[in-house]
Amino acid sequence: MELKTFKKGGIHPEENKLSVSAPIESLAPPAIVSIPISQHIGAPSKPLVKKGDEVKVGTPIAEMSSFISAFIHSSVSGTVSKIDDVVDSSGLRKQAIIIKTDGDTWEKSIDRSPELKKNFTLDASEIIEKVKKAGIVGLGGATFPSYVKLMVPKGKKAFAVVINGVECEPYLTSDHRIMLEKTDEILVGVSLIMKATNLKKAIIGIENNKPDAISIMRTKAKNFEGIEILPLKVMYPQGAEKQLIQAVTGKEVPAGGLPIDVGAVIFNVGTAFAIYEAVQKKKPLVERVVTVTGKAIPKPSNLLCRIGTPVANLLEQAGGSLENAGKIINGGPMMGKALVTPDVPITKGTSGILVMPKELATRKKESPCIRCAKCVTVCPMVLEPYLLSRLGRKYLWERFEVEKGMNCFECGSCSFTCPANIPLLDYIRVGKTEVGRIIRSRK
Amino acid sequence: MSKELLTISLSPHIKGEETTPQIMYGVAIALLPALIVSIIFFGLGAIKVTLFAVAFCLLFEFLIQKFIMKVESSIGDGSALITGLLLAFNLPSNFPIWMLLIGALAAMAIGKLSFGGLGNNPFNPALVGRVFLLICFPVQMTSWPLPKLFSFSSLDSVTGATALGVAKEAIKQGQSIAHIKTLIPGNLDLFLGQAGGSLGEVSALALILGGLYMLYKKIITWHIPVSFIGTVIIFTGILWAINCEQYMSPLFHLLTGGLMLGAIFMATDMVTSPMTKKGQLIFGVGCGLLTVIIRIFGAYPEGVSFAILLMNAVVPLINILSKPKPFGTN
Amino acid sequence: MGSLLLNSILLLGSVGLVAASVLFFVAKKFYVYENPKIDEVDDVLPSANCGGCGFPGCRAFAEATVGATDLEELFCPVGGNETMKAVAKILGLEVVEKGPMVAVLRCNGSNENSPKKINYDGVSSCLSAHSMYAGEGGCPFGCLKLDDCVRVCDFDALKMDAKTGLPVVDEKKCTACGACVDICPRNIYELRPIGKQSKRVYVACLNTEKGAIAKKNCAVACIGCNKCVKVYDSGGAVVMKGLLSYISPQVDVENQGGYLVGSCPTNAIMGINVEAKKLPPKKKPSKPKEKES
Repeated sequence: MELKTFKKGGIHPEENKLSVSAPIESLAPPAIVSIPISQHIGAPSKPLVKKGDEVKVGTPIAEMSSFISAFIHSSVSGTVSKIDDVVDSSGLRKQAIIIKTDGDTWEKSIDRSPELKKNFTLDASEIIEKVKKAGIVGLGGATFPSYVKLMVPKGKKAFAVVINGVECEPYLTSDHRIMLEKTDEILVGVSLIMKATNLKKAIIGIENNKPDAISIMRTKAKNFEGIEILPLKVMYPQGAEKQLIQAVTGKEVPAGGLPIDVGAVIFNVGTAFAIYEAVQKKKPLVERVVTVTGKAIPKPSNLLCRIGTPVANLLEQAGGSLENAGKIINGGPMMGKALVTPDVPITKGTSGILVMPKELATRKKESPCIRCAKCVTVCPMVLEPYLLSRLGRKYLWERFEVEKGMNCFECGSCSFTCPANIPLLDYIRVGKTEVGRIIRSRK
Repeated sequence: MSKELLTISLSPHIKGEETTPQIMYGVAIALLPALIVSIIFFGLGAIKVTLFAVAFCLLFEFLIQKFIMKVESSIGDGSALITGLLLAFNLPSNFPIWMLLIGALAAMAIGKLSFGGLGNNPFNPALVGRVFLLICFPVQMTSWPLPKLFSFSSLDSVTGATALGVAKEAIKQGQSIAHIKTLIPGNLDLFLGQAGGSLGEVSALALILGGLYMLYKKIITWHIPVSFIGTVIIFTGILWAINCEQYMSPLFHLLTGGLMLGAIFMATDMVTSPMTKKGQLIFGVGCGLLTVIIRIFGAYPEGVSFAILLMNAVVPLINILSKPKPFGTN
Repeated sequence: MGSLLLNSILLLGSVGLVAASVLFFVAKKFYVYENPKIDEVDDVLPSANCGGCGFPGCRAFAEATVGATDLEELFCPVGGNETMKAVAKILGLEVVEKGPMVAVLRCNGSNENSPKKINYDGVSSCLSAHSMYAGEGGCPFGCLKLDDCVRVCDFDALKMDAKTGLPVVDEKKCTACGACVDICPRNIYELRPIGKQSKRVYVACLNTEKGAIAKKNCAVACIGCNKCVKVYDSGGAVVMKGLLSYISPQVDVENQGGYLVGSCPTNAIMGINVEAKKLPPKKKPSKPKEKES
């Protein structure tokens, strides 16, 4: 049978899943964590603590400041040393809460035992409240507050939960490892999502390059009602929500619309696991699995580390030194963001740290566009990247908007494919930034 | 500086393997079977014309970029090599070298570099060179040496018109199709390439082999060649069905002239063809229609070059007409 | 032969006649009245179409001036006072003279002052770099050292200096059209009066971060120490905006410029054709003149 995937565009870069056989290891809490107050999409959270406060693991340290925002909890136990601006991944300064670690005491309410807690009696609103209080955001990288997605808006009708186990980015393996090691927990998490959204059906899409994950998930899913495992053809960017929904359900989310417009509620497997922990174990989002990988890393690993741990600590654990590092990337190689310094903290949205050796860190020389149209062929949003890029370069913002440049979600397929090494996406981003500003100023 | 610095750039941080020179040299490899066939049939003349055409094209690209445009030379990217090869493939094997020089200059200077070089030329440079020569030197451009297997001894082979030319002339004089068939090579000879004509266009088989290689390497897609050749077959088929005494069969049109070379190698030139699959189909159909119209109703026996050049001119329009439908707008 | 000639002449002649009459009637029917003064004004404008006046091109500016009742708000920075005088003469209006302006780069984070901390490997576009990170030197307010401003300059007045990495304004060529001011994503350019004998004093820094942090990224950052404000008591010509000092164009360069430049502990205050002077101890500076002409 032909495996499903999304209809138009897509590429298949070399997978390089170096850390796929490395089991998840726990990383000891660092001496100091700095937890940014803005780790999610939406308004930055409002700090609840002040300098000198004692906190335990799981103590709320910042609260939601608006509807789309998130709670933040301390990931270590110790003293708040200051609330100050620290350098983020762009080199800009953002407010963060800095906590000095002292021991590792957890809040008493948190259940840290490893047993699976399968049964639940909670109703939808209780689940949503717990997810909200635990500060859970989309762990796939988009970091949209999860509780908002669990509340299906009035007037919209959802028909299925779509769970993203695709992990289409090369190198990254954190979701893969979670699926192998926390299978039951994920399935309970999915059941909780189904309960919260009042849906009877859930489809977990997994790319066909993870046969072990597909088979173990399939076996265990038989014990759960309404959960289906769907193997998908390997194709980047299948993990993008609109592409995944098309691959799984065949429906096309309208341009500028949300998954709910075609009746889908979509979560990442990591988020499902976090929801399980939050609801069944009362454990807020204080740690996550981060893949540390790359050809400059001697021991590619999957590390369970506390939010706020400096990237440098993870590199050290994986045996990586900065000597041969050419570029450090927060996320995968296709959509990740290069870091200016390894001192920045792990946040809720960090799914991987990728270290490129020097020889792979720089781009190749650009040559003229030969109009091969490969960028048009691979664009999953069916845009014309060569044209958008040219418009961005020439500051032609009106035309950029007409050509639907704002639909681009920056998957990078065009730049990846371009035989002339043209950084198409760089210029498209310029266009998106400027046109976005113009559109906002109209309101 | 004590510590080496990290690099920062925007995503994506990895790059696919394929590069422009790889595409260009892929096309060059695909042209090899046709080159071998032409050497077999036309001997030294074929080698001479091909070598000089390529050399002149590379030379003019280098000279113009260095002394007139004052930009970094790009002769290494393989595009001038292909222009040279294709230009040679469109010429008779006994073509004088000094005329070749003029043709190469027209192809590179007028056809390519006057627009700004690779990627900016609206017309296929090799075709610009060929049409320039056809208009300047019609006699030399239409007297073709007849093929002679492995004729390396002599360069003065017998010349004659192409099968297309013979047929056109005969039809004009009102001769019957049955009589015309005796004047031209049989279909198998046409398929293999044992017929008078330009260097590279004679063997349909070799050209199809090259086309299959390019399809396999994903350098071209099927859209342009199939729609181009398909249109020619359908159009000539209709005419043939109406009156098989006045019009040649579709098979004849398929195997003669530059149709295969044009449809597989010239019309598919990335720079001068439309961007989308839909546009490429429109482009191919347009090329096919124009080719048949010129071949049957026009003054020239062969219309592939003109058809492609004319369609090249409307590519920007086709691009606007065949815009892809963005995701989520259905 | 004769008939061929005659036929050709008759045919072409009649075609020409028909075309001419069509053109004539169309021109009459669709005639639009346009104030002839617009053309006159357009003729005296520099025809650079740079948009520096705020209108899309010289023609639009000419239309605006013809419709206007005074020239208070309308000024062609490229043509300057001479052009405006000519425009005013055509329209019979009072000319409002303005001092010549020049674009200044309010950043001195050269490669030496703000050394590279990371390699930028991307497109040569400040807009792109600005959306990505703080900059090679680490200052989120400073010049990104790419060349957007050089590319938008219609008058060839900007050049990148390879040594400092910063763009340099050619005072003679700059027409103060404002293209660089608009394109710079960090708003580093400011249009300031060219000054008497090209003397200008301004703060070449826009960093509002705390002094220690700013200083870490750049040796010539404004650290918000207030010393320049203490030198100069003009009632607003030198002010602190948060942790950043600002010297307004009204400053008395002649008498105070040198002291201002000399007062800055980090050399963030730039003096063009002005020499740094140390303030004589304990002597209050004399009152500044009303305004420089």
